[in-house]
Amino acid sequence: MSRNLIIGGLLSLLVVLAALVSFIWTPFDHAIMDIPNKLQTPNATHWLGTDHFGRDIFSMIMVGARTSIAVALVAVGIGMSIGIPLGLTAAALNGSWLDELIMRGNDLVFAFPSLVIAILITAIFGAGAVNAIIAIGIFNIPVFARITRGAALTLWQREFILAARVAGKGAARISTEHILPNVANLLIVQGTIQFSLGILAEAGLSYVGLGAQPPTPSWGRMLADAQTMVSFAPHLALIPGTAIILTVLGLNLMGDGLRDWLDPKLRVART
Amino acid sequence: MISLAVASLVIFFVIEVAPGDPASFMLGLNAQPDTVAALRSELGLDQSKFARYASWVSGMLRGDFGTSYTYRTPVAGMISDRLWVSLPLALYALALSTLIAFPAGIYAAARRGKTGDMAVMGATQLGVAVPNFWFAMMLVLIFAINLRWFNAGGFVGWDKGLLTGLHSLTLPAISLALPQAAILARVMRSALLDILGEDFMRTARAKGLSRRQALWRHGLRNALIPVLTIIGLQFSFLLAGAIIIEQVFYLPGLGRLVFQAISARDLIVVESVVMLLVFAVITVNFLVDLAYALVDPRLRSRT
Repeated sequence: MSRNLIIGGLLSLLVVLAALVSFIWTPFDHAIMDIPNKLQTPNATHWLGTDHFGRDIFSMIMVGARTSIAVALVAVGIGMSIGIPLGLTAAALNGSWLDELIMRGNDLVFAFPSLVIAILITAIFGAGAVNAIIAIGIFNIPVFARITRGAALTLWQREFILAARVAGKGAARISTEHILPNVANLLIVQGTIQFSLGILAEAGLSYVGLGAQPPTPSWGRMLADAQTMVSFAPHLALIPGTAIILTVLGLNLMGDGLRDWLDPKLRVART
Repeated sequence: MISLAVASLVIFFVIEVAPGDPASFMLGLNAQPDTVAALRSELGLDQSKFARYASWVSGMLRGDFGTSYTYRTPVAGMISDRLWVSLPLALYALALSTLIAFPAGIYAAARRGKTGDMAVMGATQLGVAVPNFWFAMMLVLIFAINLRWFNAGGFVGWDKGLLTGLHSLTLPAISLALPQAAILARVMRSALLDILGEDFMRTARAKGLSRRQALWRHGLRNALIPVLTIIGLQFSFLLAGAIIIEQVFYLPGLGRLVFQAISARDLIVVESVVMLLVFAVITVNFLVDLAYALVDPRLRSRT
């Protein structure tokens, strides 16, 4: 196991643990306001200080991790569960009108940056965590469809697939029994990358007010709240920012490390 | 072309299913039904969906984006005003990102595995992880609030001179550019490393070129193909990223326009801005395809 995998794995584990622990314990109730103790810098009682309402930042960060992870995880789930079957189908029917249709559809979705999708969805259904998930999820679909199709296409040329066809297996069975297990590594690695992109996207969306709504704490909105106070209380912006950076950094390092560990053949400079 | 047509259909009908009638929204809760009906017919909302779609698209082809529901001014004018902020910002950021990424990527590739390479790769790893709007806040804290080199927000306008205008876009452009530069530097490095392993590079060395000469004359040009692809992709991220960064710096760009339009249910503005963004992305991708042919003569016959 590489250093990347260990550091990245530990960082990611830390964030997931913080999110899980927050369900049963946080130092303070993240929603309790304590105006007399507002805007405290980090100290022994409030480990990371308090915000402009006197809420404990450490607790808010822990609960905010839940929002980030939930949104990014479900969005990756949407992307995988729709994108992978599409990619497998396109590869199995390579050259057919269905393949063409799927790939053109992919191009179309790619023309909408995720934020633009989010804006469209918000214009229709209003802002909220669920709509942020849908927006990021839709953006993930073509990513997984392309990767799956690309990797599957080269596999279809291989002899063991020919053997499976000779044995009488249909395209659907070959796709699920032979192609899918062989592209799984690639998809897991891409999954961690999309997961980290999802965390960034969620932060961006809730920063502009299109993500999780109050009182659900989210790192992006903590930053939005901090913006007007950054001149006299910089820790309000520094702490959630650091949380986002460490999480994304951890996931990216883990993705790099996983790729090297799962498949040495794929060891190329990460782009 | 087909993608544009399909995209316009998707945008129009997705927004049309939006709950909330703009006319009743504009007139408030106490409006009389006949006033609402009058406004609906004035805005053309009483026509069928297909008739409205047809007039929207044919209008756009003539450069007429319709009239804003709330401001009662032509959408085209509103958009072009804002575009004078958003487009220069995206281009400025693109230029900065390329200026940072190319030297960094080439430097790292030339010193593969050495300390310099490790430092650049470490920096890019961090750069990819930093949310650009947070980075923007930190820039404001350091360079606007503490050092007072720049304004914390707002845009002075181009009539004060090109340099003054650029000056007020500098912090936003840097914050947009750095995360993209990190990605681009990585692509540049890995593309160069792939090229360095090619036979023609060995030939170039064998005919007496130094490592440096071979890299500049043969390596760089060949590495540009994947780099161009990423630059094209990044343009859409820059335009979208600009929407968020405009919020940080209170810039009167397209992003602000869209958020105001959403809260006022000014659907025609939302539709037009989104359509414009999609149009920009598709056009840039087309330009990138054309640029391939410039960089790589082998691709000319095929296209």
